[in-house]
Amino acid sequence: MPLVSSSGNSRRALPRAGRALPRAGRTLPRAGRALPWALVTPALGWTLLFFVLPFIAMGFSSLTAHEGGGFTLSNYSQFFTNPSYWQAMVNSLEVTAIVTVVSVLLAYPFAWILAEQVPERWQRLALMLAVLPFWTSYVVRSYSWLLVLAQNGVINRALTGSGLITEPLQLANTRLATVTGFAHFFVMLLTLTIFANLKQLSPSYRKAAADLGAGPVRTFMHVILPLTLPGIMVGAFLTFVLCIGDYITPQILGGNNELLMPQLVMMQIGRRGDFPLASALSIILMAVVTFAYLACARWLKIERA
Amino acid sequence: MRQLVRVVSWVYALAVYGFIFLPVVVLVLFSLQATSFPIPPFTGPSLRWYEAVLSDVRLTSALVNSLLVASISSATAVTLGFLCAWGFARFVLPGSGLLRGLITLPLTVSYLIIGMGLLVLFNWAGVPKSLLAAGIGHVVINLPLCFAIIYSQMGDHQINIERAARDLGAPEWKVLLLITVPVMAPAIFAGFFLSMTFSWDEFVISFLLTRFDTTLPVEIWNLLRSGLNPKTNAVGSLVFAVSIVLVVLFELTLLRRRKA
Repeated sequence: MPLVSSSGNSRRALPRAGRALPRAGRTLPRAGRALPWALVTPALGWTLLFFVLPFIAMGFSSLTAHEGGGFTLSNYSQFFTNPSYWQAMVNSLEVTAIVTVVSVLLAYPFAWILAEQVPERWQRLALMLAVLPFWTSYVVRSYSWLLVLAQNGVINRALTGSGLITEPLQLANTRLATVTGFAHFFVMLLTLTIFANLKQLSPSYRKAAADLGAGPVRTFMHVILPLTLPGIMVGAFLTFVLCIGDYITPQILGGNNELLMPQLVMMQIGRRGDFPLASALSIILMAVVTFAYLACARWLKIERA
Repeated sequence: MRQLVRVVSWVYALAVYGFIFLPVVVLVLFSLQATSFPIPPFTGPSLRWYEAVLSDVRLTSALVNSLLVASISSATAVTLGFLCAWGFARFVLPGSGLLRGLITLPLTVSYLIIGMGLLVLFNWAGVPKSLLAAGIGHVVINLPLCFAIIYSQMGDHQINIERAARDLGAPEWKVLLLITVPVMAPAIFAGFFLSMTFSWDEFVISFLLTRFDTTLPVEIWNLLRSGLNPKTNAVGSLVFAVSIVLVVLFELTLLRRRKA
């Protein structure tokens, strides 16, 4: 995944002297100072205008009162005083943590099997199959789980039909449904990243461990697992970021029984048109993600193979 | 022992494949349902829901909108990303590291927050909700991706070819169009393709920034209000089929390139 490693893609050090890169250190004959800026300005301008500026606008908005405008901190203080808002953050963090752990635990052995047990020539096909549903539309994927988990859906019909239970289970509109929908997506994503990680390991590590007398279990625990840990961390962080900011899956599968942060934000816009409060809640959500990033930054540093 | 590991591996892998494919199989199977509920027992096969989808003007126009937004926003993102990557890879700019960080920053922010920000900004500036507004948002999310992919692929050997062209008297624009673009074509293609798929599937930004004319994911979302409905299954299966065709084409082009 280019998503995380890309940010640290600082290539070899560029020569300091000339402005032009060619190693000889010559400056470009016809390229004035204007050319490089002309190349990067459109992209920078777009980012400033449509990413940074909206963010500033959101910051201002979060500090104004919904009724009548004017400066206020109440949008932020509401978050800490209103238990239902606070609860949404707790729910979000709990669901995200569960999803991240479950997805890693499911995906790691799967990726390992694909990389180690499946014959080389079938690996590409096996991997492609494993991530095929990745390409269904996000909205449709959550809806598909609804079909499986609904009151009269596939699982309940199978269970009642076989006589295992008499009353259908409440599966949809629960936290379990949200977690299942999320895990489905992130198992595929993590399988991809962990598989790539396992394949990058040089076989000589394993040979060296074997030569030094380690059995397969010991080799795995002391060599393979530690070496793939950075990749797992990157994947887990990606899962965390994508999961905590997602609106679709909890809205479709979790329903409104238990609100997560993105649902709360959307509710402020949809039902009440309360942009200031929605802005404040978005900024709080982003602050949490940033904290998570800073906490993991140590492990995320490992880039560039 | 080895045998046991093999058996356990097989069982585990099949179970995970089952988990991954269960919803997709259910989705496609019940899109062929003959009656009005996509729940067991299966009553098909029937194509009536596919007919219903194809004769639904809202869905077909949303599909056209989605294609338009995806292709135009991806083309914009890949063009801006490519020019920017070229600028940063070939010239030493003051504050280069910081500026590159700024360009890739949107990757770390969730779509919901990017959409919220644009909604607040456009609301203040009096920009109406429209497909254009959603397209602008899609460029914001895809530009960093295109930039990162293309930038990471700009290596030394390409510099040498460009230098040769310059030594032979080619002006900068010619170097760019006749040398750099063809040499970087795989990365440009990959960036464009990824942007297309992300934009095609993007929901929350389009949901926040469009009103009457909207994209397919938002229109599918509107369908969900009617509860479980085989029509939703049919449109979902169609979207899935299109994506699969695209992915297979992408794989084949990559494979051919690698073999060549």
